[in-house]
Amino acid sequence: MFSRGYKTVVTVPPLAWVAVFLLVPYLLMFCYSFWSVSSSQTIVHSWNLNNYQELLAKPVYWETLLRSMWIAARVMLFSLLLGYPLAYLLSFYAGVRKDLLYQMVIIPLWVSYLVRAYAWKTILGADGVLNTSLQYLHLTSHPMDFLLYSPFAVVLTLTHIYTPFTFLPIYAALEHIPRNLIEASHDLGASPSQTFWKVIFPLSIPGVLAGATFAFVLSLGDFLAPLLLGGPSGIMISNVVVSLFGAAYNWPLGAAISLCMLVIVVSLLFFSEKLEKKWSFS
Amino acid sequence: MLRNDFSTMISPTTSDAKVAAGAVSTAKPALLAIRNVAKSFGRNVVLRDISLEIAEGEFLTILGESGSGKTTLLRIIAGFERATSGELWMGTERLDAQPPYRRRVNTVFQHYALFPHLTVEENVGYGLRVAKRPEAEITQRVVEALAKVKMTEHAKKKPSKISGGQQQRVALARALVNRPRLLLLDEPLSALDANLRRQMQVELKSLQREVGIAFVFVTHDQEEAMVMSDRIALLRSGELEQVATPREIYSRPATAYVAQFIGHTNLLRGAVRDGVVRCETLSWSSTLPDGPVLFSLRPEQIRLGSSGASGMVRTRGRILHQAFHGATELIRVQCAGDLVLTVRTTSGSAPQNEVEVEFSPSDAVVVRESPERN
Repeated sequence: MFSRGYKTVVTVPPLAWVAVFLLVPYLLMFCYSFWSVSSSQTIVHSWNLNNYQELLAKPVYWETLLRSMWIAARVMLFSLLLGYPLAYLLSFYAGVRKDLLYQMVIIPLWVSYLVRAYAWKTILGADGVLNTSLQYLHLTSHPMDFLLYSPFAVVLTLTHIYTPFTFLPIYAALEHIPRNLIEASHDLGASPSQTFWKVIFPLSIPGVLAGATFAFVLSLGDFLAPLLLGGPSGIMISNVVVSLFGAAYNWPLGAAISLCMLVIVVSLLFFSEKLEKKWSFS
Repeated sequence: MLRNDFSTMISPTTSDAKVAAGAVSTAKPALLAIRNVAKSFGRNVVLRDISLEIAEGEFLTILGESGSGKTTLLRIIAGFERATSGELWMGTERLDAQPPYRRRVNTVFQHYALFPHLTVEENVGYGLRVAKRPEAEITQRVVEALAKVKMTEHAKKKPSKISGGQQQRVALARALVNRPRLLLLDEPLSALDANLRRQMQVELKSLQREVGIAFVFVTHDQEEAMVMSDRIALLRSGELEQVATPREIYSRPATAYVAQFIGHTNLLRGAVRDGVVRCETLSWSSTLPDGPVLFSLRPEQIRLGSSGASGMVRTRGRILHQAFHGATELIRVQCAGDLVLTVRTTSGSAPQNEVEVEFSPSDAVVVRESPERN
């Protein structure tokens, strides 16, 4: 249908882009993870597994990785608990206000991530909106310090930021459910709650899986929220990677950790897609 | 194909099962009474003052063009729409106050609406399962229902893996397995090709007679309505034009619209004066009161040529057009004045250019005008 020349012109630039800016860096990172750093702070190009051994041996690395996964899992859970009812409400009960409400969910995505993360700092801080209000109402006598610089603050902020990403695929899945299926269910004697659990929810599972994957993967790799709001106890694995590539100047170990994360994320995407396929019936 | 003792598993009352084809069912007790139902969507009036009774075991067809409100009426009976005013009664029970899941009414949807994530047998068992019937009973009734619609071998398949005709059978089994008092069918055959459609018309009708459940069947196809129904309710722009048996609605149409919608007809507009009817150049004596009058005259009531019998109305004309319909032909004859008559003849006759036509005045049925509505 299209000439050979046209196909070449269309496909070569993106392929070149992917090769130069994705494949090559990943390959470099892969190589770095098997090299090491000498005492004189130079990269030694000798192949060994030291970085991976260090990763497993030092609790600071694998514990941080596990804690990051735990934070990501909580963000995923809370995003689903917020995003699903919101998507359900919008899809089935919003009526004529549907488009407006949809825009209201989307608009926060246009605001810089940094601004949104920073906003939570002014809300949760010792002199923040929340603590001042609580003291003003005499509910507490002094500022509650667990609010900011804690895993709580990170989970809260990330949930706020990534809920729209969970909402969108769930909303899309719900919108695709033919409404006559819901009528058929009622017609066959199923109450609204039976209809939800037997028809609506099963048919929205692909959206739930996609949304959950977004929330988990995006939070797992996040480093700004823990940097701004996490404090020492809220450090996540990306912060470790950043410092290894920066101040600590240990690129090989940083690369090894990044590669571990990459494996986790890619296998997660793989399984999530498998499950989504299993649950889609179009 | 849908045969035998479906009634033993489905019909609560086998005594109602034998309803003679074409019988007027008004003698039977009303199963469902629709009283003065009206429906508007905003300022758009879809149904006006519909009153209709459906008898036990009756096959009633709601016939109408698209936009006539027939599907809306069905959805009001099912409970998916709420009437703006009016009432629905099933026996002594006020139906319109009930949500759809409490009504003993089941629906076969236009596009079947089978649950894509459930297998054929899970689809059929859905109603029994949500009603929390014992598992053994569910299994047995599902097996019987699937056997009855010849879908046993497809029981474990997902709906996407079976054909449209098969989905249709599953949808039917899924509705009937719940033993509803009334089954609603929303143009269930419209998605099938012509041959399968004719076959399903016959199957559906004989199934309905066996199970004895009242069917309310919605269609825009007048031929389908004629073949299947005990009674036809003809809906036009949200109002009932006529409710009658197929034979009656064909031979005694109440309005010009009905006469034209069901089959072909000639509409003759004229006036009565001192016991004489005048239409264009035609005239015959009549006992009708003076005033304007409109007749419907079926093409098969008009003969080509002259029989010589007395009391016939005769005129001459020129053949304008001849359309072959298999066993019969429709011939349009231009008579004196603006009068054009459509005549049905048996095929094979090769009429000449100039013809004589005749009809008996008693075959001209007086119909009401059908004023424009919107």
